[in-house]
This record gives sequence, C-alpha cells and structure tokens, in this order.
Amino acid sequence: MIVGAGAGGGIVAKELAEAGLTVVLLERGKWYTAYDCRKDDLRNQRTSLLGCAFGPDDDHYRRVVVGADGQERVVPPSDGAYSNNAACVGGGTFSYGAMAWRYLEKDFRMRSTYGAVAGSTLDDWPLTYQDLEPYYTKAEWEIGVSGDDTNNIFKGARSRPLPMPPLPPSREHVILKAAAERLKLHPFDLPMLRNTIPYNGRGGCMRCRWCVGFACEVDAKCGTHNTVIPHALSTGNCTLRTECVAREIVTNDQGNVTGVEYFDERGRLQEQPADLVVVSASATETPRLLLNSPSRLFPTGLGNRYDWVGRNLMGHAYSGAYGLMDTDTYDDLGPGASIAICDYNHGNPGLVGGAMLCNEFIRLPIHFASLSPPGVPRWGAAHKDFMRRFFNRCMAVHGPVQEMPVFDARVQVDPRVVDDWGIPVVRLSGARHPQDLDVANYISGKAAAWLKEAGATTTWPKLPGKGLSGGQHQAGTCRMGNDPKTSVVSRYCQVHDVANLFVIDGSVHVTNGGFNPALTIMAIAYMASEHIVQTWKGTRMRG
Amino acid sequence: MQITAVTTAAGPMAACIGSISPWRCLSEDEARTLEAICERIIPTDQDPGAAWAGVVTFIDRQLVGPYRRLRKTYQMGLAGTDATSVGMFGKPFVVLTAKQQDAVLQSMDKGQARGNCWKLVSAKSFFDLVVGHAMQGFYGDPRHGGNRERVSWKMLRLPYPPVRGRVANG
Repeated sequence: MIVGAGAGGGIVAKELAEAGLTVVLLERGKWYTAYDCRKDDLRNQRTSLLGCAFGPDDDHYRRVVVGADGQERVVPPSDGAYSNNAACVGGGTFSYGAMAWRYLEKDFRMRSTYGAVAGSTLDDWPLTYQDLEPYYTKAEWEIGVSGDDTNNIFKGARSRPLPMPPLPPSREHVILKAAAERLKLHPFDLPMLRNTIPYNGRGGCMRCRWCVGFACEVDAKCGTHNTVIPHALSTGNCTLRTECVAREIVTNDQGNVTGVEYFDERGRLQEQPADLVVVSASATETPRLLLNSPSRLFPTGLGNRYDWVGRNLMGHAYSGAYGLMDTDTYDDLGPGASIAICDYNHGNPGLVGGAMLCNEFIRLPIHFASLSPPGVPRWGAAHKDFMRRFFNRCMAVHGPVQEMPVFDARVQVDPRVVDDWGIPVVRLSGARHPQDLDVANYISGKAAAWLKEAGATTTWPKLPGKGLSGGQHQAGTCRMGNDPKTSVVSRYCQVHDVANLFVIDGSVHVTNGGFNPALTIMAIAYMASEHIVQTWKGTRMRG
Repeated sequence: MQITAVTTAAGPMAACIGSISPWRCLSEDEARTLEAICERIIPTDQDPGAAWAGVVTFIDRQLVGPYRRLRKTYQMGLAGTDATSVGMFGKPFVVLTAKQQDAVLQSMDKGQARGNCWKLVSAKSFFDLVVGHAMQGFYGDPRHGGNRERVSWKMLRLPYPPVRGRVANG
C-alpha cells in the first residue's frame, strides 16, 4: 500500500505492480487532466491568490504556523506560509515547471566537503552520486527529460545522454548565453521533464505562456500522472483510490505495520490491510502521518524513537536579480527558463554550498506588477508607466540556494487544530539558517553581474526572507542515514525500526542540493523500489 | 464613468450588507469610494485605468468568494478612508481632487493616517491590501471580473489570442 501518488509514490506503484505485487495507491486529491487547466493567472499552483488549482482546497485543509515571535496562525493552503505542494494524482509533477536536475557529487557529501556548520545538522548522505546515477538515468528515460548539459563541466559523470534535445532558444536565452560566455562561465540548456519532440506517446511542448503552476494543455510536461501511474494501472496489479485521506498507519504488537486507516471519497472510515506500507506524502504530510500513528510500541509516532521525524525541514532560499534592458527581450515563448550555470553551486569563497542560476519562468503580468525596482513607486501613474515601458524589457536570473538543515525547523502535529476529517494538522515552526542568507546575497550579486554583462542598465536583487523554508521544494523531515539515532530511514528508505514501512519522497533527503528536487526524488524512488522488489518474500521483507 | 455597464455585468445579487445595492457585497457608496481609490492606484492615462477595467467588479466578486474573510476589513477600511479624507480636507474621498486623493492615500501608505477608524484595521495594511487587489483586478485574468477586454494585456503588448504550436523563435 502506498500513500501519496506524487513524484515518489507514482514510481513505486509502477515498479512494485510490474514486479507482480498487488498495490493500492492512495491519493487525497483528484485525478485532473489538461482539460481541467483554465490558464488562470490568479488561481493556479504557483499563484494561489484565489486558491490552489490542484489542491488542497482552502475549505477542508489548514495548518498552524508558528512565527518567529511565537505567534500562532491558522493558515489555508492558498497562504504561502502553509508550505503547500499540490494534492492530486501526480502531486507536484502535475503542474510543476519540470526542471530535471541531478544533484552534484558534492551535494551528497556536504559534511565531508565543508565540515560541520554551527547550528546545522549538516551531514553526508549514506549514498553517493555514483550509487544514484543509474536511477537518475532510468528516471530521465522513463519519465522523459530534454536538455543538453554537455557544457556543464561541474556535473557528475552520466552513463547515458538525455533522451530529448532542448527547445530552440528564446531571445532571452541567446542574450544570456553570450553574456555568460563572455564572463567565462559555462552556460547550458537546462534539463527539463518536458517533451520537446514526440516521446512516450505524447507530443512536444508548444511553448505557451502558462507553464509552471499550470497543467500542460498538450500533455508535454512529463509527470508521474502521465507516465508511471497509467503504466502501473495497466499491469492490472495496481488500484488507484483518489480523494482518500489517510488518517493513521496501523501497527500490531510485534511492531509491524498491518495497514492504513483512511477516509474514502465519501468520508467513510476504511481500513486497508497491507503487508507493506510506503509513505510518499511529501516532506510535510509524511511526518504528519507518522506522528499521527502512535501505538504502544511507538508512543511518539512511527520511526520517531529518537525524535527525528519532522526535523530539518528544508526548501530553497531562492535568490537572484532582475535587470532592465534597452530593447525588448520578452518574446512570449514559454516556458521561459532555459539556460543555466552551475559555476556557483560550490567553491564560493567562505561559504557553504551555493546555487544553480538560470533565467526565470515567464513572468505573467500579475507577477511583474509587484516587482518594481527601488525608486519606482508600487502604485500610481509612475507604476503604471513602468509596467508599460518595461514589461517586455526585463530579465530575471535566479537560483535555489542550498539550505543548511536546521534541527528546529520542523513539522509537528498540532495538539488542538484538526482538518475537516478530524485529523490533527501540521504545525510548522523554526527558521532558516543565517548562512543561507549570506549565500543568497552572494548568489544575487552573481546574478546581477550576469544580467549587467547581458546589457542590463538597472539591476535589483531578489532575496529570501528569514522565516521557515519549505514550499514546493520541501524536503528533509525523515532523513536517511546509517545511524538510527540520527536518522529515520536507511539508505533504501526503510524506517529503521519497522521492517515493513518505507518513506519514499523528498522527506528522506539529507540535504537538498542547489537544485529543484523532483528528479532526485524520482531516482531515489526507483532505487528504493528495486530494493523492495529484490528483498520482498511473498508477504514480508527477507531477513 | 462606465459604472452602469459594469454594474449590469455583476448582476443584482443580494448584497451581503443587507441593504439594496447593485453589487454583490459592497454598498453603492462603498463601491464608489473603492473605485476612486483604485483609480488613483492605477490611473487613466493614454490607457484606461482601474475604473474602466472593472477592478471594483473584481474585488466585489471575490468578497463573496475567496476573499469573503475580508468583508469586514473592506467595510472598516473604506469608512476609514472617508474619515481620513474628512479629517484632512473636510470632504469624503470621492469628491476630492486627484491631488487631494493622492495625499490621503499617501498618508495611509505611510501609516500616518490614524484615529479611531483605524484601530481594528490599520490604514497601512488596508491600503496594501487594496493595492494588491487592484493589481490583481487590473493585470489578472479577465474571467474574474476585472481587466475588461484584456485592457492591461493590450497595454503590455501581450499577443492575444496567444500564439501556439511554435517550435522556433520568430
């Protein structure tokens, strides 16, 4: 039984169903199609001003957020502080921008590379880039990735090239590429889980304006909803149950998991017995489910003997710069993001980690309206004039700064507030590590330098806040490790003291790279699934 | 003023304030004040401004939808704006000159507008809210009642209908 049909759960479902196991895949959201996407600038998964298009909905879900001042706030999913990721079949992969990054070799060895960082639980992964490489390749070919990273000299060795070429360059791409080369940087066509040519029975990207945050109208973006999940169902071994909300994982007196209690689409409580349970519900909902499943043997929740479940919540401290140009650079060619550099992921003087830098996804008018540079008022005639003059003459370069894991940046379950099913909700507290902001400043300066070389007459920074991270790149809350006292799962995602319980999603990341995490979640899902299939013995794990 | 046309589009729904109003949530006076505020936030120049674009229609609709939790804030904020106008210039907001209106909004923006009417909702937070909503109504998707005839998108020279199926630049 798998809880959560996102990047991780979808892959596990396919791998296990293909190996002959009988799989129930539980998803609290719906199965949307491209027809459900209304290209609504104000109501999508990236801009949720009027609600989240692909769940969860504001009426049934809520979380408690504890601010730096200790003030508690109950927030709906459309509030940024909720740290939402889509709740639907495909999870985040249904509406993401679809960047397909492999973490770099050093990203798996952060502690060995940089040493201990005060105030952080920074550590190495229990596996290396080389261990994960075959599964990265599998994800790239099975789910489908386009791009060309030949010119990325910082990447780990790859065993196979990407299956699809990049899109033809946009105007912005051409300008930024030449500028990066003049600066002796190493620009390349960034990898995306996106068809650029017909692949896997679906057509290529039509380059529309509405990409990140929206469903793809021509099904060119590759997620688990249009690849592995249909494949899992076609084996006949997998049942997908949508609009089903997991309440608790049930354990017996021997300390084994025996099934999952959930509310079905009509709100009736059901129990699905299972020999094996995989939790793939995201780095906020996975720890919530584990913590909501206490029992006699596990009084503080499953996997939580040493109080590590829900700890080290990370996302990315997005940082970069905007630049105004003399000529039109906007050409209305989606998806926007296309060119990247990895020159600043590591080796930044005096700093730990860094970030990949790339141009931003297309900025819709509503995004641009809140971006005016210092000196331009945010309302009135001058603001309107700025909009008119510069909407087509603005470029943005930014990147996801790798964050230092912080023990007190955490997910708990709230003792009082419950959702509409009566299940205790996620309680978020803590803050970013201060070093993330130093790196963000540095990265922002590099972005500005790139834009200036590209001809920007004015640049201004985009910097992250001090508060708790998370969001769609959420990770880290059920860390993998060899020592059960300082981690929750093994390198194969098996919960240390429960043999038939696995966590397979971004929760297991020890660190989160300076990259979008989707492809790494997918690679780990392939690796862990292979381990399950190899060690599965009819109704239990071997040994 | 195009307010009549916009009102018809919104439809005569039962107003949430209980009195008879052509708006869904706002009273007629509130709608007029709000329109005047939005028109200063996004004024008419060579391109139409917030009033013509139907920003008030957008906000009014959201106040019976996703923004229903903000109804009281709008009631108090619009009353506060008028109270501040009367305090500064002796007249309600809608009859002030554009210059005077800007002065009122600036005092709210800078948090200088105080008094009893801003006790529960501060002038600054209300003004920030309206700036955000005005931008959404003007630059957002027309389906929500604002951005009439995609006026802002035309101003920004965004192609419509969007060209699709391209494989290469140009």
